[in-house]
Amino acid sequence: MSDVATRHTNRSELGFAALLGAVGVVVLVDAAGLHAPYSQADPVGPRVVPFIVGGLLLLCAVLLAIKVLRGDNAPADDGEDIDPNTPIGWRTVLPLIGFFILNIILINPLGWVISGTLFFWGSVWSLGSRHYVRDGIVSLLMALGTFYGFYLGLGIHLPAGVLEGVL
Amino acid sequence: MLMQGFATAATPMNLLYACIGVLLGTAVGVLPGIGPAMTIALLLPVTYVLEPTSALIMFAGVYYGGMYGGSTTSILLNTPGESSTVITAIEGHKMAKAGRAAQALATAAIGSFVAGTIGTALLVTLAPIVVKFAVSLGAPSYLAIMILALIAVTAVLGASKLRGFASLGLGLAIGLVGMDIVTGQGRLIFGQPLLSDGVDIVVVAVAIFALGEALWVAAHLLRTKTQTIPVGRPWMGKSDWKRSWKPWLRGTAFGFPFGALPAGGAEIPTFLSYVTEKKLSKHPEEFGHGAIEGVAGPEAANNASAAGTLTPMLALGLPTNATAAVMLAAFMQFGIEPGPLLFENEPQLVWALIASLFIGNTLLLVINLPLAPLWAKLLQLPRPYLYAGILFFATLGTFAVNSQTFDLVLLLVLGLLGFAMRRFGVPVLPLVLGVILGPRIEKQLRQALQLSSGDPVGLVNEPVAVVVYVIIALVLLWPVVTAILRRSNPRMAAAVALHAEEREVLSGEENDGAPAAGPADGAGLDNGSGRPAQSAAEQEASVQQKQKH
Repeated sequence: MSDVATRHTNRSELGFAALLGAVGVVVLVDAAGLHAPYSQADPVGPRVVPFIVGGLLLLCAVLLAIKVLRGDNAPADDGEDIDPNTPIGWRTVLPLIGFFILNIILINPLGWVISGTLFFWGSVWSLGSRHYVRDGIVSLLMALGTFYGFYLGLGIHLPAGVLEGVL
Repeated sequence: MLMQGFATAATPMNLLYACIGVLLGTAVGVLPGIGPAMTIALLLPVTYVLEPTSALIMFAGVYYGGMYGGSTTSILLNTPGESSTVITAIEGHKMAKAGRAAQALATAAIGSFVAGTIGTALLVTLAPIVVKFAVSLGAPSYLAIMILALIAVTAVLGASKLRGFASLGLGLAIGLVGMDIVTGQGRLIFGQPLLSDGVDIVVVAVAIFALGEALWVAAHLLRTKTQTIPVGRPWMGKSDWKRSWKPWLRGTAFGFPFGALPAGGAEIPTFLSYVTEKKLSKHPEEFGHGAIEGVAGPEAANNASAAGTLTPMLALGLPTNATAAVMLAAFMQFGIEPGPLLFENEPQLVWALIASLFIGNTLLLVINLPLAPLWAKLLQLPRPYLYAGILFFATLGTFAVNSQTFDLVLLLVLGLLGFAMRRFGVPVLPLVLGVILGPRIEKQLRQALQLSSGDPVGLVNEPVAVVVYVIIALVLLWPVVTAILRRSNPRMAAAVALHAEEREVLSGEENDGAPAAGPADGAGLDNGSGRPAQSAAEQEASVQQKQKH
């Protein structure tokens, strides 16, 4: 990893350490609020394990922060189809997340066929495809196909939404 | 019992599911970016309406098919689909470039079949013995063994122990969510009634393995077209057979025991097999230019290790790799309690699953040899469709389980966590194991101390428990042990360095949640002896960089 990349990751990894710490604190606070009377049948009680887990998380958060501040960054994950040396393509990821949230909002009111079509089309677009018509047809086929496939094949009713009665 | 298993598995419907599993497994194994763990995670929600037996038979097909498909990608594209097929790519891709792709694919396929069959036979012999031993254990010993599995996977796999434990902590925290088993109080539910049943393991698996991975790939997607080497039908000549059969058997011998150990994995045995074949070969000069032994041995080791992994999973309920973890999640989804009593409580299911492993293995060979050219074409699928499809099915499947948009919110949150973990080199496997094993460990802990009325001696009053805690201590002190070993055995270190030079591919992590760790990587980042291996890996990375530009 080059120097530039190392320096680049420095700060953001502290954010991950902070997340660990925050989760640890939440676990500890939640455990402290539990009612734990001593009983012969359950000497451990409901609080012990959360305390251990919260402690582990806090410890990891502190150690990770120290490690990062010393300049010891982890290499990002590698894999197929990717070049980990490029910066994160937020212009791909953020639209993907946006379309995901849109789908959560629309799935019940509009129904899976419409929200799913939109979601697939939006994902393909976010990932860089610009064959608008072909993508649209494929998206519609995917959403329709899964709607009927789940209904006929698995007996699962996906929400029909505004198309209730049409489908 | 096995015969009854065959009777169950060989019904037309179940054979069909085995076929679907094998085809699907191979397809996703071939496709870049998807592995068996992700596939089974994506299938989990869909299969919950099926008979558990049928679903598991299909998963068995996916498991072995995925292994097979991964080697195809390694050979034809030089991008290993699984960390376990990194070694296959070294000689396999060279063979393909030299016009011997057909032979490389054939020796990989037949070697996988041989190793898978022997490995499954070993599973049949060993699992009942392990079960017999395990059912005699009490809560303290079982608790110790589960902790060992967690610690081993967390501490041994992956480059950084600290990040492994961070991942484990997050998983255990997710496992805490929900109603406490004894007192019935809600833990970490934040007044949200939908959380009182806990976070569904299916949602966790889909989020971490599918959504997190797809987002991560999307963030770094290569915009260049990949080059695939065209291939005809795989076949082998007489001399290829002669050179392959011994590596197959030796590879199997390496692979199975490592697979059966917690955190053994497939990376180390494939590497050991490669080094062994290189040493024993009558054609050492061919190594590095496409030696068939270098494909046959590691591929067999890879598949034998896959079979080995199923031994602790079925006999003890302990998953040791990502795919086994997701399969265990499937057990739990069907309400089947994993653990030593599985063979007693669900004999029909277990033996049908084992029988279907034999069937799946044979199907792989029969179906896939003729289909190899087709699989090679699959590599041309446009990437936007591939990754949009993963997101689409992840969403659809998660939603279909309970028809609740709340599950989709959880999916997104955990998916973003999976994305962040990949970004910061935090292995995902400890998290998933933490979610699965955490609640079970707490249950055993409370049971063990209940028996001793709260006296901590109750945790170590069985000899097996004591032995296991000693092993845990050894695992945690592993960096010290490897440092001593390396000092006394410099040849191993040299072999590792040489191996790193030969590799053109980056030893990447994908679905196992663990970087492909050569033996040298076992040492933690903090001790000085880990440096040589690290710098070799860096060198390798820069070499690859140059080649790309």
